[in-house]
Amino acid sequence: MADGTRDQGNEPPDDEAALSARLQRLGERLTTASRPSENDSDPRQTANASAYARGFRMSTELVAGVVVGAVIGWLLDRWLGISPWGLIVFLLLGFAAGVLNVMRAAGVVRERHLND
Amino acid sequence: MILAVDPIEQFQIHNLFPVAKIGSTEIAFTNSAAFMLAAVFGLTFFLVGATAGGRLVPTRLQSAAEIAYEFVATTVRSTTGSEGMKFFPFVFSIFMFVLTLNMIGLIPYSFTVTSHIIVTAALALTVFFTVLIYGLIRHGFHFFNLFVPKGVPIYILPLIVAIEILSFVSRPISHSVRLFANMLAGHITLQVFASFIILLGTGLGVIGWIGGALPFLMIVILFALETLVAFLQAYVFAILTCIYLNDAIHPGH
Repeated sequence: MADGTRDQGNEPPDDEAALSARLQRLGERLTTASRPSENDSDPRQTANASAYARGFRMSTELVAGVVVGAVIGWLLDRWLGISPWGLIVFLLLGFAAGVLNVMRAAGVVRERHLND
Repeated sequence: MILAVDPIEQFQIHNLFPVAKIGSTEIAFTNSAAFMLAAVFGLTFFLVGATAGGRLVPTRLQSAAEIAYEFVATTVRSTTGSEGMKFFPFVFSIFMFVLTLNMIGLIPYSFTVTSHIIVTAALALTVFFTVLIYGLIRHGFHFFNLFVPKGVPIYILPLIVAIEILSFVSRPISHSVRLFANMLAGHITLQVFASFIILLGTGLGVIGWIGGALPFLMIVILFALETLVAFLQAYVFAILTCIYLNDAIHPGH
């Protein structure tokens, strides 16, 4: 492990709190480093990868909501014989849930537990 | 040299030998099961071997195991708080299992277990039901407060609750599809670019082989990207597991 030479912290390096603080700082640096940056050797590649990952996350969140709504609506239609109302209502609800998922994933709406 | 290039062929499941028969369904030991078993044995040997010495100054292997432990422990602690550490073995197992399977899948001629949605869906459903059952046991009916946001007018509450429930139910789908689709798409891309080299070489002769350097370069770049994706998707799978477990531990009041 690296000793405290390249660390600006003044705590002893073997202290567990200091270690976890350093790990956390490393994690923060890693998250900033994984974002597209100008001084990267191949910025276009990382930018593409990151944007691709983000876009993929959003699209799966949206599609998952719609699919779940459609499946529940279709099953209700079959079981209760109320076709096509189950599909109509739950497809719309599923779309709303998908949009909610996307907004949560994008951080527009905070996760519930972070409010309190 | 003509190769039948089929980018999907690498995902085929072969029966290696039959194990049991339930009804008319034959349960066979497949290549998928073999790779899963290999991953489990590899992980067990790695972790047991790494921690057997328990040295104060770690060896390389022990250091690698400690890094893996610290990495997952930090993730669990930062997303679920110290109370979530009781789920650490669960998250660690999932993370290491998925990571190992993803990494094994990168070896040429091997089989990528995580590119099958049945595997990722099984993992995601395990997480889903863990959240549901633990949340119900721990909080009883208060767990359902998860679906009732605070400060919502009573007349639109039923709508909001329905949307929240659908959002909750759709989690295992996005959870499993993300890992599966990333691995599937990445391996198909690699295979397609690799087949370009063969097609150019067999079709155009010497010029084709020289031109094949371009897709080869692309494969090198893509392989680096795939290595990143293999790690990143295992990490994303683990961190989403933590986020979902957090709902079971602290449902919104």
